[in-house]
Amino acid sequence: MANPLLEMKGIGKRFPGVIALDRVDFAIGPGEVVALAGENGAGKSTLMKILGGVYQPDDGQIFVDGKKVAIKSVSDASVHGIGFVHQELNVLVNLTAAENVYLGREPLKFGFLVDRAKLNADAEVYLKRLGLNISGKTRLSELSIAQQQMVELAKALSLNARILIMDEPTSSLTLTETERLLAVIKDLREHGVSIIYISHRLAEIKEIADRVVVLRDGKNAGVLEHDEINHDAIVKLMVGRDIERTNRGQNADGDSETIAVNDLRTRRYPKRSVSFDVRKGEILGFAGLVGAGRSDAAQAIFGVDTPLSGSVNIDGKNVKITSATDAIRNGIFLIPEDRRNSGLILDIPIRENVTLPALRRYSSAGLVNKTAETVKAKEMCQRLNVKAPSVESKAANLSGGNQQKVVLAKWLSLEPKLLIFDEPTRGIDVGAKSEIYQLMRDLAASGVAIVMISSDMEEVLGESDRVAVMHEGAITGILDRADANEEAVMRLAVGH
Amino acid sequence: MRKELGTFVLLVVLCIVLAIMNPSFVSGVNLQNLARLIGIYGIFSIGLGLVVITGGIDLSVGSVFALLGVLLSIFLVEWQLPAAVAVLLVIGITTSLGVFNGFLITKVKIQPFIVTLCGLLFYRGLARFVASDETKGFGAASGFETLQSMATGSVAGIPTPFIILVAISIVAWVVLHRSIFGRYLFAVGRNETAARYSGINSDIVVAGAYVLCALLTSIAGILLAFYTNSISPSSHGNFYELYGIAAAVLGGCSLRGGEGSIIGILIGTALLQVLQNLVNLLGIPSSLNFAVMGAVILIGVVADQLLRQRQAARIAT
Repeated sequence: MANPLLEMKGIGKRFPGVIALDRVDFAIGPGEVVALAGENGAGKSTLMKILGGVYQPDDGQIFVDGKKVAIKSVSDASVHGIGFVHQELNVLVNLTAAENVYLGREPLKFGFLVDRAKLNADAEVYLKRLGLNISGKTRLSELSIAQQQMVELAKALSLNARILIMDEPTSSLTLTETERLLAVIKDLREHGVSIIYISHRLAEIKEIADRVVVLRDGKNAGVLEHDEINHDAIVKLMVGRDIERTNRGQNADGDSETIAVNDLRTRRYPKRSVSFDVRKGEILGFAGLVGAGRSDAAQAIFGVDTPLSGSVNIDGKNVKITSATDAIRNGIFLIPEDRRNSGLILDIPIRENVTLPALRRYSSAGLVNKTAETVKAKEMCQRLNVKAPSVESKAANLSGGNQQKVVLAKWLSLEPKLLIFDEPTRGIDVGAKSEIYQLMRDLAASGVAIVMISSDMEEVLGESDRVAVMHEGAITGILDRADANEEAVMRLAVGH
Repeated sequence: MRKELGTFVLLVVLCIVLAIMNPSFVSGVNLQNLARLIGIYGIFSIGLGLVVITGGIDLSVGSVFALLGVLLSIFLVEWQLPAAVAVLLVIGITTSLGVFNGFLITKVKIQPFIVTLCGLLFYRGLARFVASDETKGFGAASGFETLQSMATGSVAGIPTPFIILVAISIVAWVVLHRSIFGRYLFAVGRNETAARYSGINSDIVVAGAYVLCALLTSIAGILLAFYTNSISPSSHGNFYELYGIAAAVLGGCSLRGGEGSIIGILIGTALLQVLQNLVNLLGIPSSLNFAVMGAVILIGVVADQLLRQRQAARIAT
């Protein structure tokens, strides 16, 4: 590149016991979109935190406009025009959009009163530019996650950011919201803003990135120009090996119905009901827009949320589920969407997480036998290929993929009849993703019925035997594998 | 473990300093009295510790002491009930208050602070009303001397409340650190949602902690009533819940829940009693009693926090 806007040269960063970054180079020109890809732990976040002033590099130099700079803090970063939109949004939902945009630098009148008119007018300029036609006075709590993200973007733009770092911006957006965000990114690029785009979603990278820089184990693994970007090439650079990508065939046994859910109504959609059945050995995908009521149905079936009505039949027998305890006793398990909050207790060891749902099995006379627990936890970690120093490591210290495997380990140590996966691979890197798919297939092959809720179209279409599509609390259609394609699913998802 | 160690070191240092400055600290009488108080305070501090581990709090303990003390005196002295019946009644009534707390907190979903703050006011008022605001006592305890000796007696020179504490601590240690219930208690305290998603009936676990706390409160309350032998309904047990909470926190329980140990709570209790003793033995004006305790607890907590920040900084770089 002739005149890069930003250049990072030979960046090194060490943490105790790990070299997070080893002589990493990165550059971006004005008005470029550069995607940063890599497995979890490859060093993407560390590199961006150095650029954003959160971490200090141990080696290397950073140049902005060809001049060497030191970014010692987040405010240094914003002085150099670097804005950061984090994966976990940094917004205050109790304040208005305009207050969020100008937080800490509100325009004043008389030197001490907030000039609300100017505050709102100024903020609305940036909001409008991002295609968000709302009043600056709107409280953030009334906005969707996608809209809140736009507010955060507006904040970065109002700070005159020339380089925007976006960390997994689409991880909690619906398909249409993602498309809108990608359009905004393209528009920003037209206006000369450079964007560093971190994502696990290869389709998005392909759509918007001028280049993709791939990191692996804290080192540069390679660069692909726009024309060279394709799924296999990126994955190969990310994992350093070829990943077998197979689409599964129909392996559901024609008539062995196991679980039937009838007339399930949840509090979120009291007027709609959900009925479906899953066969032994089948993976039933659940597609739909975020908020279509898929997770609500799953939580009701699992008993953590009380349904307004409905029944669950296993092998023709009606089972009563009023709590997760009931569901677990009947072999119905949920791998929840929010694994860090609902799936795991982060501050306790892997061992205690794995044995928690069935502690009685490792106990006698009400007392826990730690040796039995350790044996089981080790066995499960080995079976699921959990990468952790030991089963006594806290779940918090694992990568997303390994955390998800520990959640799975909780249930696979029992005898599942129905496993409900809610967004099983969200925020999980490519390597771990394919391991989880393989596990799902193996479980199905062993006769477990599987429900897989997913907003990732590729995942739903690639992994399901049938696809149920939900819209506003009701199932609008169930497609057989042969009929399931992106267009058909989307049509049902928007309610047609 | 490290958290308990810090408090333990502080306790040992305080004891050594105190022994040097006033040798009567290590006299038999003083040590016996100290052990007796540690026994009484330790029992209800363990109860409060269990509640704190679930992320809750019980502010009503002191008022419950007043209420159950008054009732106990009425049952034994005025109604002349048999000792065993009176004790069982008092334990039963107090424990049912714990059930009530647990119900309000888990089913009606009112914050523990509010529920037990109302308890603090309500039971105090009730105690004063029941006793017609008169100070109650047990006189010479004629007819229930054995019961009284549980609080005031000794076995082989060891005060009975201390022996009771040791027995309760062993049971509580097994329950908290080895049993399924204990594991659930920590799990619910750490992350109630994830515990529920693992099939734990978190309502029962949380309510169980309040019931156990009430049970231990009733035992400690009976001992305390006999120990003071004078229950002024407006002041008996004032602030005692705070001693228990302070002991639990000094011993490593986090008010956010999910952390703590029986050993820690015991060390915390002992530390508070030694501090009380220090005020008396060093001739510090007793009006400064609370000030000294507050200051030492604050210093302890600040030192702990600084140490932890330094450790975190070391890990980060």
